[in-house]
Amino acid sequence: MLRSIAPLIALTAAAAAAGCEAKTSSAANKAEATSPAVAEGKSPAAAEAPRAPGREQYFPLQSYRVGPYAAGGSGFFGGFIDYLQLVNLRDGGVGGVKLTWSECETEYVVEKGVECYERLKGGKDGAPPAAFNPLSVGIAYALIERATADKNPIITINHGRTDSTDGRVFPYIFPLQLNPYSEIAAIVAYIGQHGGGEASLAGKKIVALYHGSPYGKETIPILDLYARKHGFEITHLEVPHPGNEQQSQWLTIRRLKPDWVILRGWGVMNPVAIKTAKRTGFPVDHIIGNIWSNAEEDVIPAGDAAKGFLAITTHPSGTDFPVLQAIQQHVIAAGKGDLQDPKRFGSVYYNLGVVNGILNVEALRVAQQKFGQRPLTGEEVRWGFEHLDLDDARLQALGALGLLQRIELSCADHEGGGAVKFQQWDGQKWNLISDWVTPDRALLRPIIEESAARYAAEKGITIRDCEAEAKAEAP
Amino acid sequence: MAFFVEVLVAGLLAGVMYSMVALGFVLIYKASGVFNFAQGSLVLFAALTFVSLVERGLGFWAALGVTLAVMIAIGVAVERAVLRPLVNRPPMTLFLATLGLSYVLEGVAQIAWGAQVHGLELGITDVPFEIHGVFVSRFDLVAAATAATLVATLSALFKWTRAGLALRAVADDPLAALAVGIDLRRLWALVWAIAGVVALIAGLLWGARVGVQFSLSLIVLRALPVLIIGGFSSVTGTIVGGLLVGASEKLAEVYVGPLVGGGIENWFPYGLALVFLLIRPTGLFGEPAIERV
Amino acid sequence: MSLGLPATYGAQTRLIRRPADRWALVALIAGAFVVVPQIATDYWFSAILIPFLVLGLVGLGLNLLTGYAGQLSIGSAAFMAIGAFATYNFELRVPGLPLLVSLGLGGLTAAAAGVVFGLPSLRIKGFYLIVSTLAAQFFVTWALTKFGWFSNHDASGVISAPRLVVAGLDFGSPAGRYQLTLAIVVVLTLAAAQLVRGDVGRRWIAVRDLDTAAAVIGIPIGRTKLLAFAVSSFYCGVGGALWAFAYLGTVEPHGFDLTRSFQILFIIIIGGMGSIAGAYVGAAFIVLLPLAIDHVAGALFAGATDPSNLQNLQKILFGVLIIFFLVKEPDGLVRLWRDARARLRRWPLDT
Repeated sequence: MLRSIAPLIALTAAAAAAGCEAKTSSAANKAEATSPAVAEGKSPAAAEAPRAPGREQYFPLQSYRVGPYAAGGSGFFGGFIDYLQLVNLRDGGVGGVKLTWSECETEYVVEKGVECYERLKGGKDGAPPAAFNPLSVGIAYALIERATADKNPIITINHGRTDSTDGRVFPYIFPLQLNPYSEIAAIVAYIGQHGGGEASLAGKKIVALYHGSPYGKETIPILDLYARKHGFEITHLEVPHPGNEQQSQWLTIRRLKPDWVILRGWGVMNPVAIKTAKRTGFPVDHIIGNIWSNAEEDVIPAGDAAKGFLAITTHPSGTDFPVLQAIQQHVIAAGKGDLQDPKRFGSVYYNLGVVNGILNVEALRVAQQKFGQRPLTGEEVRWGFEHLDLDDARLQALGALGLLQRIELSCADHEGGGAVKFQQWDGQKWNLISDWVTPDRALLRPIIEESAARYAAEKGITIRDCEAEAKAEAP
Repeated sequence: MAFFVEVLVAGLLAGVMYSMVALGFVLIYKASGVFNFAQGSLVLFAALTFVSLVERGLGFWAALGVTLAVMIAIGVAVERAVLRPLVNRPPMTLFLATLGLSYVLEGVAQIAWGAQVHGLELGITDVPFEIHGVFVSRFDLVAAATAATLVATLSALFKWTRAGLALRAVADDPLAALAVGIDLRRLWALVWAIAGVVALIAGLLWGARVGVQFSLSLIVLRALPVLIIGGFSSVTGTIVGGLLVGASEKLAEVYVGPLVGGGIENWFPYGLALVFLLIRPTGLFGEPAIERV
Repeated sequence: MSLGLPATYGAQTRLIRRPADRWALVALIAGAFVVVPQIATDYWFSAILIPFLVLGLVGLGLNLLTGYAGQLSIGSAAFMAIGAFATYNFELRVPGLPLLVSLGLGGLTAAAAGVVFGLPSLRIKGFYLIVSTLAAQFFVTWALTKFGWFSNHDASGVISAPRLVVAGLDFGSPAGRYQLTLAIVVVLTLAAAQLVRGDVGRRWIAVRDLDTAAAVIGIPIGRTKLLAFAVSSFYCGVGGALWAFAYLGTVEPHGFDLTRSFQILFIIIIGGMGSIAGAYVGAAFIVLLPLAIDHVAGALFAGATDPSNLQNLQKILFGVLIIFFLVKEPDGLVRLWRDARARLRRWPLDT
């Protein structure tokens, strides 16, 4: 019966023959990826910019346009690609270096994300990869060690491992703008503000309804910490994945009669939560959604029940920003827009993609100032991210004042901002109801550093000495 | 006490919703012995088609009619393309074929209608009303009524029409039914079409409950314990199983859940089904398997 | 010319009868160990070869249970999860335990769980048995996420690979991980092959074919079924540990969800139930097919279609292929190959 191993040989031989072309990237892959790899990575169908091989910077996109989270994925990557197009068409690239990209469908599945990473990390037609943006917690986790070894930055905007904020232990992981702890800090601060001050938190009842996954569980410790600190009562209720049936949780909430419910949802859990809340009589305007429960896709299926629902956001939705107008003018009007449904232009996910694009491109620009106006390697782009400083003047120049928060990264701080605004759904669109709410980062930092130090000890990583690195760079 | 009743009632009503999905399974299993895993995708496809048609301007009844026609067409197509070549194969093969079918349906649904999320409004306001201090959801009651009508209709169909009799004969022994002159192919097409209609109704109700998006097809995982407890081939069993699963699931989550940290709703019905099967290995109302050497 | 019939009793009971086949197997294994690391790239190791080996191993485990012993299981991913988390905890909490011993203990833990969830098979038969493994699937995922102890109280419930060091050699590089996985897979596969050839395998087949009759001739049904669950879960557990540590590097319990179980089931159906090689053929199919479609479609339709349409087309194609295989050859690719070989051997005498 083991003779049937023979088909195995045939299959592997055929596959090996077909894969010969991938072999040419072997030499570059095996060597250090510190120099622009002259490799040939084959890529599936993609929307492509006009190209000049050897003078381009590559953005590999581990996108998901299929599956349960496709709505968010297509919005985000749509915005991202449209911004990259804008930079190419309007500005001729970054410092004369045009941007190129290709998509690899992950369907939000971890091993597909890993496979896409391995396939695309060699670059495309001579263009080295700048950074990876998987928009998935699971995929990001799986790539941490690989990407650090390969020296490719992984951008986990508005999500990711909280302790990866500490760039001394996670040099190549960037939870840009907002990490899960900052979310909670902002929400708790808002609840306090709403009641008339931090002292009003004492004695309040808050329920945290979280998605039954590592992403959902991540903030349980910090909520408990805040509960102890401010004197409010916190109850954690889990909604098992995927969350399309939440009667028992909301009936329990009805019994508990909390003042506020914090919704840490994802995907279908969000509209179901809102609908079930309405069905069990809980006031929807006392539910605060977190950063992944804040999009049109989360409230539209809930219909009228969602009117009054609150959520945090790191960027407003809407189209009145100059940068979005520019995209409209140069990209969409020219027929090169990535969105299939033009009505989604300006939605929360789309704008997140644009913001992500801005951050990635600016990091590139900053890095080019140091290393020269040429295609850069992952290590150089990482330097760019760590020295990213977008102040109001720069944001104004970009046409994104009000869209992006002021953000400044450093070797030790890979989050940069941490501020959010609050918005409310009125049935048609999101309306901002607050100004920037910043978390108490001084409280959070020691916790993050302790967790990162534990990771470093477990993995045998030496913690970077940021001051020494800065001194070594100074002229 | 009022809270207990509230949870119980909510559970029973939710269970009825599960039964509606399970009903599609039962129909197909009863008639062709196939455990149709694609039922979830059928529910999704029906809901998506309806919602997309409505969004493109068709009226409620027109969209309903068109979707009905589409589901029947799919049923017939599945019978020809998938079932006929696989007739008399072991049940595992057929089950996997339906799994493959579910991929095809999901892919087609997404190509045809896109991956956006949609809301579905059936005109039933979901404001709860109170009876003796117990909150009951208006929507769930309407759904329960619909399910009851559906089950009654199907039971009547099986018992008192010639087609129903033929279906039961085929479920018992396809070869014998053939020998007696029953046209299997038309019957299976009929059954799959009916299952498509059931999927449409389930899709509309579930879509109105949770919104129409890809995760709708995961509803099938909540219907499986219902099927298992009730027995794969019994319509009554589906209802009883649904009520049992719905009620116990909610009660367990509310009362036992906090003891172990919550979130037990996913596996509790399966554990319950397991216990039931140990007592009655073919489900409460399923046909006992007779083995001969 | 030899007719291929064994001349001595010793020759009859060898694992592989024809010397030519034996040499082919030795060459294949030697080539896999020595030649492949020279010519393959990181991409091939990390994205194709290692998942292929691991999925093949898990498929083998499921094949032993479902293909040979006839007990339906849709919970193989749960046992993978148990193996992964158990191995992690043994590595973590028992200082100085060699990696291979941890792997073995992780597998044994999974085997124990397999026996527990296999107990209902003594009473439940046929399709209804899936409830037991489905319960396992959902319960295990829940338990591993809920109780932080399993993931060393990591805030996100994620476990990451320990350093892969065996006998002082570091197997952390892609080629090293590949070789470690290959070694474990080869040893376990040969063990499985020996197992199914012997008494145990025959008992399993008897129970699969008609367990009432098997009971009549004196085969202890309960013990046979439970042994099948135990061995199968052991393989799944070791496979799960390798999946987590040699392939992905980190894993969360949701990576071992129902979709994974279905994937394993597909592997053995397409590869061929009731055959050792079938698991590997199926695994190769499952790993390579999506990539092949991706590359081919990319070459053919580059730029012409929306990437999401391409993905959906791939999904449809996958579903159609599954149905096609089930229609054409329900015994899987292995049977197709055997028939082809038999026809080649008879040719041109075959009219």
